[in-house]
Amino acid sequence: MIPGSFDYHRPRTLEEAVSLLASLGEESRVVAGGHSLIPMMKLRMALPEHLVDLQDVAELKGIRIDGSQITIGAMTTQAEMIASAELARLCPILRETALQIADPQIRSLGTVGGNVANGDPGNDLPGLMQALDARYLLRGPGGERELPARAFYEGPFTTALDPGEVLAAVRIAAPAAGHGWAYEKQKRKIGDYATAAAAVLLELEGGTCRKASIALTNVGDTPLLAEAAGRALVGTAVDAAAVKAAAEAAKAIAAPAEDGRGPRAFRVHLTDVMVTRAVEKARSRAS
Amino acid sequence: MSKMHVKMTVNGRAVEALAEPRTLLIHFLREELALTGPHIGCDTSHCGACTVDLDGKSVKSCTVFVAQANGAEVTTIEGLAAADGSLHPLQEAFREHHGLQCGFCTPGMITRAYRLLQENPNPSEAEIRFGISGNLCRCTGYQNIVKAIQAAAQQMAVATTAPGEAAE
Ligand SMILES: Cc1cc2nc3c(=O)[nH]c(=O)nc-3n(C[C@H](O)[C@H](O)[C@H](O)COP(=O)(O)OP(=O)(O)OC[C@H]3O[C@@H](n4cnc5c(N)ncnc54)[C@H](O)[C@@H]3O)c2cc1C
Ligand code: FES
Ligand code: FES
Repeated sequence: MIPGSFDYHRPRTLEEAVSLLASLGEESRVVAGGHSLIPMMKLRMALPEHLVDLQDVAELKGIRIDGSQITIGAMTTQAEMIASAELARLCPILRETALQIADPQIRSLGTVGGNVANGDPGNDLPGLMQALDARYLLRGPGGERELPARAFYEGPFTTALDPGEVLAAVRIAAPAAGHGWAYEKQKRKIGDYATAAAAVLLELEGGTCRKASIALTNVGDTPLLAEAAGRALVGTAVDAAAVKAAAEAAKAIAAPAEDGRGPRAFRVHLTDVMVTRAVEKARSRAS
Repeated sequence: MSKMHVKMTVNGRAVEALAEPRTLLIHFLREELALTGPHIGCDTSHCGACTVDLDGKSVKSCTVFVAQANGAEVTTIEGLAAADGSLHPLQEAFREHHGLQCGFCTPGMITRAYRLLQENPNPSEAEIRFGISGNLCRCTGYQNIVKAIQAAAQQMAVATTAPGEAAE
């Protein structure tokens, strides 16, 4: 499979990248790790005339931690996120989720920014970013703006990113110390997107849940924040009845596509199973 | 859509060529440089047969444009043996432990295992299985691949500690 022809650009700064995109116009596209874009170009589902490669833009790389504020540069690879001991300590669900993306080779090039900007409902990080209430830092010709991840995804491969805008970083407020977390993903094999997956974060106080957020991957056109499911846990001891209520509420918003991963009813059922497992695991990890 | 001037270091040798930016690294290696060790299995980033080392990372070279690899250092299976032709401990171990049958996955498997052992010189069996999970083998059932990587890890550990031990 041979992709269409394009001209290649490798800017050294974010400013240069943004002005290149502005001058090259609609037919230009950013390439990060290339592990969603190149497969689409091979299938000729994407035919950009210009590729603007961000690999040399140093300001888009790296993880910065300032108290409980985490900033992950868009060009940080998924492997680098997994390897960060500080992230594993402050916000371990990032590592748990990233370890379930694709395989080692793909994670060594695939970036955090590419994963969240891509807009494929199969991507795992967008769902997680719903649960974490992350914010995306966007940079365009008109300057910088910040958008909640919860307002970013509009449909399959359709996001709030304006043409010519670059996602520069993901910002996360680390969950409180002692929080419980889990990312549970059902997949057919290593390197497959989720049949269904659930991200859960919760906080306990004296055995009672005071805060919970639950989000779902690949059971809708976009990642889904399961607000009612999270609410079903708050104020409870996260006992069997509460877990069941949360799973039911999550199931109610699941609207998965029918594809090789199974019929709709099966994937809705798996949503229930993933949420149940993730809530139970998160509760067992909370202190 | 003109060709671009590409320069990289492949198996320690500086190479230069004119190539279309869209050329996939695997095609550049195989067709331009005649390095046919890395294979094309799936062409869809799944099988790992095309695995090479790119700037110290294992990558699937069917999913990298040659333009992205411009300026990089690349190691393929051809670059693992020593200059005198003696095999790398991983290559020896795959031979010794029957880590291959048809051999199609082997260049990618060994190149991936090479990077895995750089990152984790003493992996557990589970770490080896997780570390090679992006490489598919249709023949061996993986048992002997895992054994071969374990044996190579031991061999390489002995090789690196031997001079110190000799001094004691
Ligand atoms: C076999 C296989 C299995 C996979 N399995 C999974 C999986 O299980 N879970 C999962 O989540 N992902 C999976 N992926 C996708 C992988 O994680 C990709 O790396 C990721 O989706 C895209 O990141 P990238 O850096 O490779 O981006 P690219 O492919 O370079 O870009 C993807 C898209 O985002 C845009 N883009 C990239 N960076 C930016 C930016 N900074 N600003 C604005 N736009 C940008 C590009 O223009 C393009 O449209 C898989 C991929 C493969 C090939
Ligand atoms: S040929 Fe590259 S992963 Fe299969
Ligand atoms: S030895 Fe035949 S595919 Fe692995």
